[in-house]
Amino acid sequence: MPSPIPVTPVKLTGKDFKSDQEVRWCPGCGDYAILAAIQQFMPELNIPRERTVFVSGIGCSSRFPYYMNTYGMHSIHGRAPAIATGLSVSRPDLSVWVVTGDGDALSIGGNHLIHALRRNVNLKILLFNNRIYGLTKGQYSPTSEVGKITKSTPVGSADAPFNPLSLALGAEATFVARTIDSDRKHLQSVLRAAAEHEGSAFVEIYQNCNIFNDGAFDLIKDPATRDEHLIRLEQGQPITFGNDGRFSVVHPEGSFGLTVQEGGTPIIHDATVDDPAYAFALTRLSGSDLTTTPIGVFRNVSRPSYDQVVQKQLADAAAEATGTPEAMLADLLNAGDTWTTG
Amino acid sequence: MTKQIRQLDRVVIRFAGDSGDGMQLTGDRFTSETAQLGNDISTLPNFPAEIRAPAGTLPGVSSFQVHFADHDVLTPGDAPNVLVAMNPAALKANLADLQPGADIIVNTDEFTKRNLAKVGYASSPLDDDSLARYSVHPVALTSMTVGALADAGVAKKDAERAKNMFALGLLCWMYSRPYESTLRFLERKFATRPDLVGANKAAFRAGWNYGETTEAFAVRYEVKPARMRPGTYRNITGNQALALGLVAAGVRSKLPVFLGAYPITPASDILHELARHKRFGVTTMQAEDEIAAVGAALGASYGGALGVTTTSGPGVALKSETISLAVALELPLVIVDVQRAGPSTGMPTKTEQADLNLALYGRHGEAPLAVVAPKSPSDCFYAALEAARIALTYRTPVILLSDNYVANGSEPWLLPTVDELPDLRVEFATEPNGEDGKTFLPYLRDPRTLARPWAVPGTPGLQHRIGGLEKADKTGDISYDPANHDFMVRIRQERIDAIPVPDVDVEDPDGDARVLVLGWGSTYGPIGAACRALRERGLPIAQAHLRHLAPLPANLGEVLAQYDKVVVPEMNLGQLARLVRARYLVDAVPFNQVSGLPFTAATLENMLEDVVKNA
Repeated sequence: MPSPIPVTPVKLTGKDFKSDQEVRWCPGCGDYAILAAIQQFMPELNIPRERTVFVSGIGCSSRFPYYMNTYGMHSIHGRAPAIATGLSVSRPDLSVWVVTGDGDALSIGGNHLIHALRRNVNLKILLFNNRIYGLTKGQYSPTSEVGKITKSTPVGSADAPFNPLSLALGAEATFVARTIDSDRKHLQSVLRAAAEHEGSAFVEIYQNCNIFNDGAFDLIKDPATRDEHLIRLEQGQPITFGNDGRFSVVHPEGSFGLTVQEGGTPIIHDATVDDPAYAFALTRLSGSDLTTTPIGVFRNVSRPSYDQVVQKQLADAAAEATGTPEAMLADLLNAGDTWTTG
Repeated sequence: MTKQIRQLDRVVIRFAGDSGDGMQLTGDRFTSETAQLGNDISTLPNFPAEIRAPAGTLPGVSSFQVHFADHDVLTPGDAPNVLVAMNPAALKANLADLQPGADIIVNTDEFTKRNLAKVGYASSPLDDDSLARYSVHPVALTSMTVGALADAGVAKKDAERAKNMFALGLLCWMYSRPYESTLRFLERKFATRPDLVGANKAAFRAGWNYGETTEAFAVRYEVKPARMRPGTYRNITGNQALALGLVAAGVRSKLPVFLGAYPITPASDILHELARHKRFGVTTMQAEDEIAAVGAALGASYGGALGVTTTSGPGVALKSETISLAVALELPLVIVDVQRAGPSTGMPTKTEQADLNLALYGRHGEAPLAVVAPKSPSDCFYAALEAARIALTYRTPVILLSDNYVANGSEPWLLPTVDELPDLRVEFATEPNGEDGKTFLPYLRDPRTLARPWAVPGTPGLQHRIGGLEKADKTGDISYDPANHDFMVRIRQERIDAIPVPDVDVEDPDGDARVLVLGWGSTYGPIGAACRALRERGLPIAQAHLRHLAPLPANLGEVLAQYDKVVVPEMNLGQLARLVRARYLVDAVPFNQVSGLPFTAATLENMLEDVVKNA
């Protein structure tokens, strides 16, 4: 099916996607890198700026739409996926992006996130995960590690975190990926794949909050440690990592999942495997400690989007309709048992 | 034998039975036949929230009341003239509402020891003189139905289930109703089960013939057609009319309608109805929750659709934050609240008007919006159009306050032509509106409507960002400027206050009334009936009824000031009365009932009689 989103007649540049608003994140915030990467990436899509909409909720990341020279709505806490669903379903000619954070998407807005993914609404959902509440000044979030000491948990948090990618897969997501704020090239490659996906694309972006949770992802960012812990998923390639590829992700006999071992026969990565168990097993390699953290596209399968199905129902009904809307309305009002008095 | 035919000017019939007995359907069919005969009608269904409460118990009783007359009627009637009681529970639950002399048709087959015991009858009321004040007609409805269907080739259970059609046939005979449309209806309803079509038709005919032949019913009644305005009518419930009004709003605005809804009693039927009208470009989305429902509707409005969400009080509470966002974004949005008895889950199938404060004030910050309320089932159609008109023209959320009484009640509706419906077309912004000819100012207002431009995504050159943060006047940029916030708060109020709404009419035929009854929403019928009864007795009284609760009609203060006394009957604890007292400094007297049932005309007549005599 051809995309109903038109192609821009003029080649745009990254600068075209900068709005006139002053960016107001804290100096050093990972959000700057993500914003720059996305502004630079957007022209690649050849979508006119006016056909692109960013919808966000509440939180530091949710200021994002103000800085994009596209249409945008900074909505309310947790509700961006719901609002974006109404927009996307009723306007298939738009490219709709949701920008959210770990508190916004996984705590207050958890219900909307899972239902958007379940429906496979044609939304590109970017979850900036910094494992902390930034805008409210440093409380633990639903992705904070157990025992996190914050203002609201002075002796450590008591609750276990979500693994956002496992959650997305459990919610029947068709596209699930992870990337890192500081790796522009990788981030853009993931966005490219997400943008090409019809349906919900869920992208977790590890993002550093240098004020309240600085260095949360240093283990997989610091060149000194990175290669021993970061697993780069490449479609069709064996999954190995570590110096000289000494670690492999393997599927041990008799096991339901995947594990990391030195040497061994690595499995070949295939994000298009229909059974979500494979992608789920990949998401379980990483925990709060990040010691073995895959990034890249975990899952990328095809399923009709909610938008497509709804639009088809409307088109089918319209095709069967006869007469003008006014004439049909007159028939509708006069339907059923009527009687006439003189 | 020849039956005597007696003319009546009005009749109130209540069909009552177990919630599985098909009483709503029976009442619906009787109503439809009656409507086609040209009587004016008003109906009131009354059913438990449980889908199938334990059989034969008082909580399981479901009833449907229909009032029909040779003149215009305003309410479903206070006291039934006829009660059809399909079991002891139905008799016991409804007996107190009957006047002495009322007819009671009972299904004797269900008056078993066990069923009597279930509702606390020590002995059968049919066997003692406890019903002596009434005219009781014992009919073995179930066994006669089963007998009539002995050769129909259906299971005994299916035959028993057709007893409601037997009862309907009998009542149609008694009141000289036509029956062709019911037979056609049965063919449609059981299209896939020809055996049930035959069985139900046979049961209906058996009931009719029983009336014709038995000596138990000596009299047949006729109620002549009412003199109604010429035109084509259909019988319609409030929820149906409201849904059709939303479809019409889409056609007349030439915008797609997007409904986001989460199932909730008593509003779900609007979702069901709209889901059937995709050919009009109506999208319905059953959302994951109330918040998502209004969020999706607002998202669709942002994209240039007429966004609508339908719910009841608990849902409005959940949607409150998103409605406030719509106030800040200044986008069109219609929120339908079919009120039910609260607080909390309350009584979901019972009526109340207690969400007025919620609609007017139930948001954080200063978050004004428009509120309209329909006065009758068919008026829900026009109220939906009016809500859409205000939302689209003035770019604001509008709350439409229906309630269970008008939503499920029905009345004849004089069908309008499409041309006479309001033109709701809107203009989207297409060009920059700044003085330099290049800039787009999303919060630059139209001086006529105080509405901001509706610039939908996809419009080249008008890219802009909106949000819940306070915006600078004109530019819409984020602003924490104190003077700007003060200005924006005031302009949001001012633009709602400035919406032109029609003056409130006063009905005071002789012009000598000193007492005014002020109502809003669904109380129009009972108040009107009470006023009419008082005037017939020579007691002057004036009636004014509000359709717009925000903004209020400009002439309301003047109207109130003309009367010595203002009485405000409401199905809440005085929410409008308090508003009127505060706003106009009049000594409005509240009269309140919060029983989950609508006012009866008699209740209001008695109360108003005292007020008028002491005024």
